[in-house]
Amino acid sequence: MFTRILTIAAQEIRIGLRNRWILLSAVILSAFSLALALLGSAPAGTLGIDRMTVTVASLATLSVYLVPLIALLLAFDSVAGEIDRGTLLLVFSCPISRGEFLVGKAVGHLAVLALALVFGYGATSALLFASGAGSATGLIDFLRLIATSALLGLAFLAVGYVLSALTRQATTAAALAVGVWLLLVVLYDLALLGALVADAEGFFAAKALPFAILFNPADAFRLFNLSALGASDLVGGMAGVSENLPFAPAAALAAMAAFTILTLSLAVALVRRISP
Amino acid sequence: MNGSALNLDRVVKSFDAHRVVDGVSFELAAGERVALLGHNGAGKTTLFKLILGFLVPDSGAISVLGAAPGSAGARNAAAYLPEAVAFHKSLTGEEVMRFFARLKGADPRKAMPLLDRVGLADAGRRSVGTYSKGMRQRLGLAQALIASPRLVLLDEPTSGLDPISRQNFYEIVEEVAAGGTTVLLSSHALTEVEARTDRILILSRGKLVADDTFASLRAAARLPIRLKVQGTEANVEEIASRLGGTRVNGRSVELICDPSEKTARLAAITALGPLVSDIDISLPSLDDIYRHFSGADGKGA
Repeated sequence: MFTRILTIAAQEIRIGLRNRWILLSAVILSAFSLALALLGSAPAGTLGIDRMTVTVASLATLSVYLVPLIALLLAFDSVAGEIDRGTLLLVFSCPISRGEFLVGKAVGHLAVLALALVFGYGATSALLFASGAGSATGLIDFLRLIATSALLGLAFLAVGYVLSALTRQATTAAALAVGVWLLLVVLYDLALLGALVADAEGFFAAKALPFAILFNPADAFRLFNLSALGASDLVGGMAGVSENLPFAPAAALAAMAAFTILTLSLAVALVRRISP
Repeated sequence: MNGSALNLDRVVKSFDAHRVVDGVSFELAAGERVALLGHNGAGKTTLFKLILGFLVPDSGAISVLGAAPGSAGARNAAAYLPEAVAFHKSLTGEEVMRFFARLKGADPRKAMPLLDRVGLADAGRRSVGTYSKGMRQRLGLAQALIASPRLVLLDEPTSGLDPISRQNFYEIVEEVAAGGTTVLLSSHALTEVEARTDRILILSRGKLVADDTFASLRAAARLPIRLKVQGTEANVEEIASRLGGTRVNGRSVELICDPSEKTARLAAITALGPLVSDIDISLPSLDDIYRHFSGADGKGA
């Protein structure tokens, strides 16, 4: 079982590393990350807060935008593309279960994503640490950022697999992936913001909003990272929310994990139902 | 079930009340090379998917080397090459082979000589994106031969191949069958199948209308034989009147006769002696036989 999962994973890593879109997004991730670190260094001294911590707060926002995009880019082709090429028939005629197939894909894609994160954020933290701006706490913040970004990526990989298995056409899956990214990463927040403005003191702000954040892995990710940094005052945007939560910030992490497990199970169920 | 590589018993599969596979039964023995013929939409690919376990028959039974279709036993012993497969462009031929060897639980190093066998040894380190259609199809065949399967299913394996590649392809099929592997291949190209397979199955509108050797099918079809007698411009009238055929050009007469009359007709022609300068005998080709059995000529099965 593990040989087959690793075989699929290794194949996906090979394909992922040769994919120019993935390479391009990894380069963008590194470039933004370095830029934010260098620009963010200006106010840090005056505030007396660890420069690395400040940078991690900015990078968390960068992750919210870029990591789901990279994950969807990696995932949309997984089932639909193989149907288009005719290779899904071939793979499924081999002694491998559909579950092993999808788990193998997820492991491989997660490895590619983790590599991009370690490379991009690792370069930034190394630079900050080497320039004497960081502390051990700052390094832990970076590690937490990389690990939770990987989990965020896994959540969106699962979304990508669901789209890919549902549409069975690579081009349609790609279009839907962009749509889902826009919806969950951009429009969801705007809608919440709009609702908050319309109903500032009422039921929505007090009761519904915190849970609405939990349902979206991108928001849950931001919430968890900012509260873990204790940096909500620094960043400001989420301050009102993260200090008056009806649950512990760890619940956001649990919500992300639950979202990932559910979506991945849905993807496995869909792939099992495909008759290629 | 012992000894039979593949056994289908009254298999039926319908999509939306349309019977795509309609009561198909046949049995393949070890080491047989069998061609599955049928026009587009005759149900060939559906039949393959049923044998592989991707589809479940509405009724009837399928046994792949004694195991249920899609079971671990069947998948370990059978290999498949889908129609027009396109491996990921950024992978090399060797990477594709190693990948499928690992999936099939075989030693990846032992899979490499197969690339040599299909004539891709030099291209093994190049990415599949640079391959021609023929090379991709040969890579697909090499992949299907990994781990020495006992049953190989090839869906339209030679479509898009040039004549030399086709010949190489059938040479490999012959070698594989000589080792005891059963090969079932579907095809449109009837003439190449004629000489290269042991048995022919003809599928028409989901029904199996023929299952025999080429020679027996030809005898069963009782299609007329065409005799073309060539004389000279001066005596063609005389030949035509004595044999009773039709004149086709300035100097030839064409006769159409039943297989049973063949020798009698030939004797009559040779009796003309020096009047005849040449004789051409056209036996019905597989195309004619196929048309007969698939009912395309309007009076067949």
